[in-house]
Amino acid sequence: MNNNTSEMKNQLLRMSGVNPGKCMKCGKCSATCPAYDSMEYHPHQFVSMVQDGNIEPLLKSESLYQCLSCFACVDRCPRGVEPAKLIEAVRLMAVRKQGGNRLSAEKVSQIADDTIPQQALVSAYRKYSK
Amino acid sequence: MQRIGVFVCWCGTNIAGTVDVEAVSEALKNEPGVVFSTNYQYMCSQAGQDMIINACKEHKLTGFVVCSCSPRMHEATFRKTAQAAGINPYMIEIANIREQCSWIHKDMKEGTEKAIILGKAAIAKVNLNSSLTPGESPVTKRALVIGGGIAGIQTALDIADAGFKVDIVETKPTIGGKMAQLDKTFPTLDCAACILTPKMVEVAQHENIRIFSYSEVEEVKGFVGNFDVKIKKKARYVKEDICTGCGLCTEKCPMKNVPNEFNLGMDNRRAIYIPFAQAVPKVATIDPNACNMLKNGKCGVCAKVCAAGAIDYTQKDEIIEEKYGAIVAATGFNPISMDKFDEYAYNQSKDVITSLEFERLTNAAGPSAGKLLRPSDGKHPHKIVFVQCVGSRCDSCAHKGKEYCSKICCMYTAKHAMLTRDKYPDTEVYVFYIDVRTPGKNFDEFYRRAVEEYGVHYIKGMVGKIMPEGDKLIVQASDLIDNKQIKIDADLVVLAAAIEPDKSARPLATMLTASMDTNDFFTEAHPKLKPVESPTAGVFLSGACQGPKDIPETVSQAGAAAAKVIGLLAKDKLVGNPCVAHSDEMMCNGCSMCANVCPYGAITYEDKEFRMPDRTTRIRRVAVVNEAVCQGCGACTVTCPSGAMDLKGFMNKQIIAEVDAICK
Amino acid sequence: MQIKGEYKPLIVAFCCNWCSYAGADLAGNNRLNYPENVKIIKVPCSCRVNPMFILRAFQRGADGVILCGCHPGDCHYTTGNYYTRRRMSLLFSMLNFLGIEKERTRVEWVSAAEGAKFAQTMNEFTEAVMKLGENKRLEDLRCKR
Repeated sequence: MNNNTSEMKNQLLRMSGVNPGKCMKCGKCSATCPAYDSMEYHPHQFVSMVQDGNIEPLLKSESLYQCLSCFACVDRCPRGVEPAKLIEAVRLMAVRKQGGNRLSAEKVSQIADDTIPQQALVSAYRKYSK
Repeated sequence: MQRIGVFVCWCGTNIAGTVDVEAVSEALKNEPGVVFSTNYQYMCSQAGQDMIINACKEHKLTGFVVCSCSPRMHEATFRKTAQAAGINPYMIEIANIREQCSWIHKDMKEGTEKAIILGKAAIAKVNLNSSLTPGESPVTKRALVIGGGIAGIQTALDIADAGFKVDIVETKPTIGGKMAQLDKTFPTLDCAACILTPKMVEVAQHENIRIFSYSEVEEVKGFVGNFDVKIKKKARYVKEDICTGCGLCTEKCPMKNVPNEFNLGMDNRRAIYIPFAQAVPKVATIDPNACNMLKNGKCGVCAKVCAAGAIDYTQKDEIIEEKYGAIVAATGFNPISMDKFDEYAYNQSKDVITSLEFERLTNAAGPSAGKLLRPSDGKHPHKIVFVQCVGSRCDSCAHKGKEYCSKICCMYTAKHAMLTRDKYPDTEVYVFYIDVRTPGKNFDEFYRRAVEEYGVHYIKGMVGKIMPEGDKLIVQASDLIDNKQIKIDADLVVLAAAIEPDKSARPLATMLTASMDTNDFFTEAHPKLKPVESPTAGVFLSGACQGPKDIPETVSQAGAAAAKVIGLLAKDKLVGNPCVAHSDEMMCNGCSMCANVCPYGAITYEDKEFRMPDRTTRIRRVAVVNEAVCQGCGACTVTCPSGAMDLKGFMNKQIIAEVDAICK
Repeated sequence: MQIKGEYKPLIVAFCCNWCSYAGADLAGNNRLNYPENVKIIKVPCSCRVNPMFILRAFQRGADGVILCGCHPGDCHYTTGNYYTRRRMSLLFSMLNFLGIEKERTRVEWVSAAEGAKFAQTMNEFTEAVMKLGENKRLEDLRCKR
């Protein structure tokens, strides 16, 4: 791990308050994840990749935005690792790094339809824009 | 006034090489109390010891100091020498001038100076020594085994075979424990009942063993060799000595819908019941919560059908008081509750079962007579999923489950999977595991056989959730090797629930003053060297109450505990360590602080009458140390705010004298 | 070790019978050198060490006091060293307040197998005390050296 990646890793751990070292690699987070099929990197991979300092691919991955933040993995992880918090931290890091929003107010009307709950829109703003 | 002799040993050149022994014996000659000082080549040799004995007699010594090797080496030798010379063995001190002086220093001058100071410290201490006599206490030659599972049975048999009386206390109506509920046992697949029930019968017939079934330990008092125990024999409303165990009452009883705890509630029993056919003692028991006669005074069928006239609705709980020399805790384990694991749908579907329930399902004496049938609809399952580590190896911050590995699950799951494939080859069996842990003789071979010969699908990954859908259970899990999430439509799911110590262990530990870890397992006196002894003298540990264990391990530990008990009971008297705490009752103010820090529960309080200077009497509460229980650590002496507590052999004034001698 | 006339700190070491005293013996068996001004007093357990003994040592002119016990969890008496740890952290911070620098006091866990650690600890501790020089605080002038 070079200085840059270990700095990124430390920043992630600080932001999320997660200790990936506690993971025992049982895969229960991925087993319980409802968004699993649409993800390139799965929750258990997030944990082990951050632990290994392999963070660049995660920042570029679409998987970041597939996590629903449903916290099922946090609830069921037997080791209390809390993968969703880690994914949220990587997402924040990506958002801060790019400096741009993935969601702009103008485009919302095109994507949104009547069935989307208000809350989802609010959380989408929170997630995808600065 | 003490008359002290000083004997400086050369230890060949070991000491004499770096320490001027002549100078040391010369310098110590003028220390207070010293009347004789000499040196010799080997003090521990016969000639050296004779020299000490002669000097003791010639100079009327009251104690002596040997400047030699470490007391860990020869303190016992010189204590015997003292005894041979007619001096109390605790009137000697060793100054360690070999390991802690001559061997680590190279300069003669420095070595000699240090040796003199160490000698002075020992002399200062021995000046304040007093004669100590180790306390003796008799040993009651009877052992109590708490718990009648395989651990308790084996311990009791081993002790009884050595010729000592043993009592077994078991809370259930029968002995046998968890092993009686099992079907087959790994790794050889013997049937559990075939190897356990002969042992149960042996216990019942053994002339040295008494079984108190349906009983609980109510109170424990006393100390090693002399425990006073009260045992509550719960009323079973059946006269144990008259009942023949014919079982007619259990067929005629009209209360048919009582969940059968022996089959984990998967079928029903009557209000009067015998847990299983080979129960020991084979005596019926009336469940007071279910019996109509006991609750409402209406019925009485069992009394009418009983030809022996054994039913007695007026029976009361009975307290039995007995004395014991040693106590063995063998309280065993239970699977944990699945209530906190909603994701596995244990409470939603009858077809999600624990491994112990699976064990009953496949047992020929179980609710389905050994046929593997789904509890919900009685159909044969074609796809079975086993989930490992349910509640084991959980971090404490996950707020459910246990932190430890339950140790037995990997093996019994392999056994279940193998037996299922053997009996029903048309069944597909999946095992979800995190790690397969099979350290044990023939264990890994057993697991490999399940995979290679029986075609059990082992998948590395954990099950995330189980969703009942129609008559299927959708098991959503990850396959970490293939890096994918999979869904299996299973007919039956078996959860390898973590095991935890029995709930009765905690109150028992309080009664025994035996310590426990945070998981309520009993702690052993030393994790490596004293694995079956509890830190409390006279209390021993057997089986899963000390930590998760399989049957072979439990049996060997039970035998080890029995050996320790036999070693204790074989003694007529226990000779204690005389270096124990002692409370000065004139100074004690009865604050209880010493009792709180004592790890052995050796300190109790007594109300004593004291004569005051004005000739009135006053009753004060003072601490009393039980010398047979105290191990002499000295924690209480430092805690005592009034300075009443002191440790014999290491008294405050002795250690201060040593400090002063060193710092002069 | 020291050149003649140079200041030699006086160090009192309390060692528990089961671990540290055996560790000290092992250091001796392996001929591991440590300063001769370390003088060992044997106690049954580190929890036998009354804070009074330590104060007494400083009063009588000791320059440093070190207390050795079994590793946490390995105490022969199950819990003794936990009491030691708590008592000493309180005592040492009080001594620090009184002007006896915290480098002069130390609790160290030394097992019966750690002869090398014992010798190393004593070397380091002596060096640390030597840097501080003679201890004047608490010293009872009536028994001046």
